Amino acid sequence: MTQPDPQATSIRMVGSQLTWRITLTTGVLLATLAGALVLSLTFGTTGSSLDAIWDSLTGGKETVTVGQTIVWQIRLPRALLAALVGAALSLGGLVFQAILRNPLAEPYILGISGGSAIGAILGILLGLSRFPGVSVTAFAGSMATLGVVLILSTGQSMLKKDSLLLAGVMVNAFCSAVILFLLSLTQDARLHNVIFWLMGDLSLADMHQVGILTAMLLPCFVVVFLSAHVMNLLLMGKETAQVLGINIRRATLILLVVTSFIISATVAQCGLLGFVGLVMPHLLRLILGSDHRLLVPACVLGGGTYMMLCDLIARVLSDQGEMPVGVITAMIGAPLFIYLLKRSNR
Amino acid sequence: MTAAVEIVRLSHAYRTRPVLKGISFDIAAGDFFIIIGPNGSGKTTLLKAMAGLLAPQGEIHLMGRPLEVYTRRALARRLAFVPQLITEDLPFTVREVVLMGRTPHMGLLGLEGPEDIAQTQAAMAFTGVGHLAHRKMDALSGGERQRVFIARAICQEPEIILLDEPTAALDLTHQARLMDLMERLKRERGVTVVMVSHDVNLAAMYADRLLLLKNGRIQALGPPGEVLTYDRIEETYGCRVLVDESPLGRFPRITLVPDKYAHPEKSGRS
Repeated sequence: MTQPDPQATSIRMVGSQLTWRITLTTGVLLATLAGALVLSLTFGTTGSSLDAIWDSLTGGKETVTVGQTIVWQIRLPRALLAALVGAALSLGGLVFQAILRNPLAEPYILGISGGSAIGAILGILLGLSRFPGVSVTAFAGSMATLGVVLILSTGQSMLKKDSLLLAGVMVNAFCSAVILFLLSLTQDARLHNVIFWLMGDLSLADMHQVGILTAMLLPCFVVVFLSAHVMNLLLMGKETAQVLGINIRRATLILLVVTSFIISATVAQCGLLGFVGLVMPHLLRLILGSDHRLLVPACVLGGGTYMMLCDLIARVLSDQGEMPVGVITAMIGAPLFIYLLKRSNR
Repeated sequence: MTAAVEIVRLSHAYRTRPVLKGISFDIAAGDFFIIIGPNGSGKTTLLKAMAGLLAPQGEIHLMGRPLEVYTRRALARRLAFVPQLITEDLPFTVREVVLMGRTPHMGLLGLEGPEDIAQTQAAMAFTGVGHLAHRKMDALSGGERQRVFIARAICQEPEIILLDEPTAALDLTHQARLMDLMERLKRERGVTVVMVSHDVNLAAMYADRLLLLKNGRIQALGPPGEVLTYDRIEETYGCRVLVDESPLGRFPRITLVPDKYAHPEKSGRS
């Protein structure tokens, strides 16, 4: 019954290749991200400024031109913020899809983003500072909605696909109503800013904001990466993960709290950006397979690239007056969601 | 010999419906122990309780220590559980799934070392799925899938392996192969094999001891020859059987007697 296994040696080789695969994937995606960054710095409403970038990098000219100021003071923080936000939301989608074992789970669709937004708006209306005040209220909002969605959908059985989505859609609708309610109470000059922020706006980015968001998100990314193997096991089912030695309750709780934090931090800074958590996880799964030890770093880098390019499109498309990047992400993401829904119900 | 499993007054209810009603028994280390009984008798519940997947009342001791003192990880190093055949899509290759069995021996990220790879290969060779290593799980037959999950369990290097109806979805050849595999696991590695089965004949052939459950209570416990008697089977399952000695050896052979042979005069043959 045990015949000699001709593939034994090749199996051994493939085994040692995981770290190498992670390195390779990360390298390729990092290069793509860098490419997108150069594009983002180069193009904008004031036209191409490759010269300005080149000049300031080589230090060829002593004087700082207007073009250089635009590149480094406006476009760079904006591109970096886009990358951070894209990374955070893509990773959020990936984690929810793994924990809930539902390919359609995504922070915006589940209403988690909406809950964060309510928290953030309340924070703004209370006159709290953007950091840490608004971030704290946003986090509280996201945890509250997450709790509601989970309770609503786990009533009968463990996170059924449809009941989870329905619960999310309803919570999301409720959140939208509350947001509009709060906005209609706001009469002063802040209204325009709040609305623009809500639509997913990156135009007010500065390096300070980028720094704060980086400091909040990076540790979370690390925690999620360290949980990548657990997410793999969760895909095998709850009982299987348990008998393989995973404390499901603890692992799920940690991942949910960390992810809510990631989402709320992002929403507090940049408003509602829908469906970002669907595009990259699905694309990367098609290419890389289902191993989360690859998918987590890939989602961070790929999501960053995706969002930077979306923002670039938004900037180039709108000649005067900025177009919020949320418009672009929703126009790409919503059709994809419908496609995935159709496919999963087959 | 110390007991691998000791169960004392174990009860469990799903909501208000009691499934196990205060049962007590031991499983000796190194035994091939098979739990049989009609549908709904509590077999699977008992097995899941031993795997630490339920919160029943009563006591369960594994290898001399109460189940509660084990962390998940510590338990997974000593006890493996093969659930009823999972048929849903799994987005992994055979090798990836088998390697997951090494989780309790690996670090946080689950990065495999040489020892893990060696164990994985050995387990795949043992259950005869080595040639499928890079196949997707979705592309396997039921029998192949089952052997992959058993390879994963072996990878854990357990002292006790629990299996829930592992032969249910298999054809005759694969049933025999799987049972032989468990027999080898027991003989060569001294693993305690605890299995839930619906097939009384397979159970009679392989088990050192049999546990017959009915309605959450122990109906009989002992060697197959003592448990599988005519009266007891008829009483427990409510069907007519013939019991004689197997031509293969000193264990009983059970033949189901269909109605048309039990009452030939009523069978309506024209």
